[in-house]
Amino acid sequence: MDRPIRVLVAKPGLDGHDRGAKVIARALRDAGMEVIYTGLRQTPEQIVSATIQEDVDVVAMSILSGAHNTLLPKVVELLKVENVDDVLVIGGGVIPDDDIPFLKEKGIAEIFTPGTPTSVTIDYIRANLKRK
Amino acid sequence: MFEKEKLAQIKESFDSYNAKMEKSLEKRPERKTVFETGSGAPVNRLYTPADIPDFDYMTDLGIPGSYPYTRGVQTNMYRGRFWTMRMYAGFATAEESNKRYKYLIEQGSMGLSVAFDLPTQIGYDSDHPLSEGEVGKVGVAIDSLADMEILFGGIPLDKVSTSMTINAPASVLLAMYIAVAEKQGVTPDQLRGTIQNDILKEYIARGTYIFPTEPSMRLITNIFEYCSKEVPQWNTISISGYHIREAGSTAAQEVGFTLADGIAYVDAAIKAGLDVDTFAPRLSFFFNAHNDILEEVAKFRAARRLWAKIMKERFGAKDAKSMALKFHTQTGGSTLTAQQPENNIVRVAIQTLAAVLGGTQSLHTNSKDEALALPTEDSVRVALRTQQIVAYESGAADTVDPLAGSYYIEAKTKEIEEAAMEYIKKIDEIGGAPKAIDNGYIQQEIMDAAYNYQKDIEAGKRIIVGMNKFQIKEEAPKGLLRVDPSVGELQKQKLVDLRAKRDNSLVQQKLEALRTACQGDENLMPFILDAVRAYGTLGEICGVMREVFGEYQQSVKL
Amino acid sequence: MDLAERLLQGDKRAVARLISMAENHDPEAVEILKSLFSKTGKAHVIGITGPPGAGKSTLTDKLAKAIRKEGKTVGIIAVDPTSPFTGGSILGDRVRMNDLSTDPGVFIRSMGTRGHLGGLSKATQAAVKILDIYGVDYIFIETVGVGQSEVDIAKNADTTLMVMVPGLGDDIQAIKAGIMEIGDVFAVNKADRDGAKRTAREIDMMLDFNHSDWRPPVQMVIAVDNEGIDELLGHLKDHKKHMEDTGKLQQRRTLNSRLEIIDLVQENLMRMILDKSKKEEMINQLAVDVAVRKTDPYTASESILKEI
Repeated sequence: MDRPIRVLVAKPGLDGHDRGAKVIARALRDAGMEVIYTGLRQTPEQIVSATIQEDVDVVAMSILSGAHNTLLPKVVELLKVENVDDVLVIGGGVIPDDDIPFLKEKGIAEIFTPGTPTSVTIDYIRANLKRK
Repeated sequence: MFEKEKLAQIKESFDSYNAKMEKSLEKRPERKTVFETGSGAPVNRLYTPADIPDFDYMTDLGIPGSYPYTRGVQTNMYRGRFWTMRMYAGFATAEESNKRYKYLIEQGSMGLSVAFDLPTQIGYDSDHPLSEGEVGKVGVAIDSLADMEILFGGIPLDKVSTSMTINAPASVLLAMYIAVAEKQGVTPDQLRGTIQNDILKEYIARGTYIFPTEPSMRLITNIFEYCSKEVPQWNTISISGYHIREAGSTAAQEVGFTLADGIAYVDAAIKAGLDVDTFAPRLSFFFNAHNDILEEVAKFRAARRLWAKIMKERFGAKDAKSMALKFHTQTGGSTLTAQQPENNIVRVAIQTLAAVLGGTQSLHTNSKDEALALPTEDSVRVALRTQQIVAYESGAADTVDPLAGSYYIEAKTKEIEEAAMEYIKKIDEIGGAPKAIDNGYIQQEIMDAAYNYQKDIEAGKRIIVGMNKFQIKEEAPKGLLRVDPSVGELQKQKLVDLRAKRDNSLVQQKLEALRTACQGDENLMPFILDAVRAYGTLGEICGVMREVFGEYQQSVKL
Repeated sequence: MDLAERLLQGDKRAVARLISMAENHDPEAVEILKSLFSKTGKAHVIGITGPPGAGKSTLTDKLAKAIRKEGKTVGIIAVDPTSPFTGGSILGDRVRMNDLSTDPGVFIRSMGTRGHLGGLSKATQAAVKILDIYGVDYIFIETVGVGQSEVDIAKNADTTLMVMVPGLGDDIQAIKAGIMEIGDVFAVNKADRDGAKRTAREIDMMLDFNHSDWRPPVQMVIAVDNEGIDELLGHLKDHKKHMEDTGKLQQRRTLNSRLEIIDLVQENLMRMILDKSKKEEMINQLAVDVAVRKTDPYTASESILKEI
């Protein structure tokens, strides 16, 4: 692929802990990707709208508020409503292992929990893009 | 303190020691070519008096309980009584949290520390669309005085001191606390506790802001003024470096940026016409304790000395209490790992020692499951026991500032103080902390440090045991605390009931009075208190203020 | 349904995908733009520029909201620099436009400069056309920087808005007269700060050298408080009307088209030269030869051109 991968980095939910989101944004940039950063308190509707307008390859959501089981599946659902089926949706943050099967079943491709090296996320994105 | 001749001798012997070392290093190299502290500052092989040539005991350290307070703010520190062991807790409903508080008091916790859920922290009721999925998750959900009455039910508010981690709507929650006390027959002047009330660090690092800078600063100074008259034992602000450090700052940045925020609050209050010595004694601070124990001890000492100088020299404070930096500490959440969580107990023990050797006034210890979920009752107990072991068994609390006079500690204390001062100067040049936040300077400095730290970990330059070295195959952790998802519905129902029961026209009347006050320049506390007493909800009260004041727009620089 | 049809029917995903294709030099995007070019030229294209920290994104956000109040629609292209070292970028302008994100009458697109000299990529011009065909009434192109990128914006826009802030000290003096000349409207943002009036006066003084029949207005605004926004929007509209009334809009668009044609010729030539891997090898070899003085750069370039 001779174009930069475009990634939307978003923080759904009300928590303001954006260290992880910012670190991953920088790491993706340094890996040659175009990162669209949207800031705090993003509703699923805002995330989906940005995903469409920015025509991103990946939606990466960071959440530490505990509302992941509500908000992450909502994003996937709304993307389906809009017939967006070629975007890789991933999540990260303080998410208990027990919740991961549920989230994957709901269409979040992968969850990266605390301590994951950024290189793992970068490699995962490169290997799992839905469009070339 | 050191004689010139002696210093020269020391230097000479140090040089020859170093020369000898360099030679032997060819055969037996050291573990690393560069040694650094936990926050990346250089560490030398050996410290001697030559590292602190101008050290002067009386000016640099002095007596505990006196200027410049390097050795501590009380004269005999923990020989009088231990620090307040204060465990931050709260989740789900007021009923659930009330049970946890009573448990903690039973277990020897000496003060309450209330964690609110995110909708409460951002001024939304539980039935607001943005509250979906968030109610009761990271703390207790409080929508109105009715919830607050349940939260403190059976807890005599004249006997406990209560810390509330609340910022943008701090005025509203404080008003609710006062109103609950009234119902218990406790007058405001008997109340002891702290509200965090530090909006600047919300803009910098924590993110639960509501209003723009100016009205936020007004609310804060309104609280200063109101409490100095009505709630004199209340700590009106807890100027927080904790979250700045969690966002990835270095130790020196933690001190520099926090004290720069402190300067902004003092400036704002003076500008609002308050005399510095009426409110400054009620200012308190909140720092982090990370793993590099010696650097952390130096950090706490540096913060005390620098703040004392700032209050005396910059603001001309006269009251000794205005110059004494009192602080709460929380062990570093970001230092804990999701991998091999039992190891976190050891990390927390080291951090507890750092806080105690650094002279903290109160301490929250994190539980081992912090990186995974909210703590269970069992893991909270271990965290509290960690403090009790340090207090009763370690001996660290039996003499004041025991590390003073260590060449390394004194050199680091000075180094951190100077580095922090450099940041303050830079922020002064920009025009003060609010402007340095608005233009993204502070956030960017923190982010640079955070990103370097992450890169060091990934390159293996920094070892985190169990995470990037000494890993094992692990089962998913069991028995994590889960908040019942029906909490949201429960809170919504309570709101429906409340609105049916209360005098709605009275609420409207009080909200309109608040609106008018917001548009003018009166102290807002009495109006907020009136609305709270009439059972106006948090969302309604903050809603009125949102309409008048607008909302803060985040400044992002990456 | 193909992309062109979907674009004409107002499908946002088609807009977004076409912009991506243009960014990625997909020949299909060029074909679609060829076929639909006659539908462009309706939107009021406004370039917004100024030094870093001037509050351009917030100002764009407020202008867009003011336009939405009038029932008109807006497209926003926010351009940020791409890192020359990694080819990556962080595009953060949406942070200040979050309320607009879900407004059906607004389309926001962030773009990286992707190494294109001057700060504005050719793809931006394509994006403007795509949004124009899509049918928005206003198109904002927001870009950071002081220098070449401002000139590039002027090439694309009907109206160029220069955003300044007080407290930049000598920066205004440092901004060359040539850059000042491209501003059709000036905004002094953060007008509640010390020195705002002085900044406005200084701009005004420099405009004394402007002898055309349009004297750029200087509007004081406080974007975060939504102050002065309606007035500023009024100036932007007045400028467009003035340009139309005096026939200057046609002149400017002719000039812009001319520049665009030349750019495209240059770019296509370069592409023809560089795309073929064989020629890449040839250039590499010639570079070595020049470096060791086996040949000279003049002869080398002539021998490449002969290949085409």
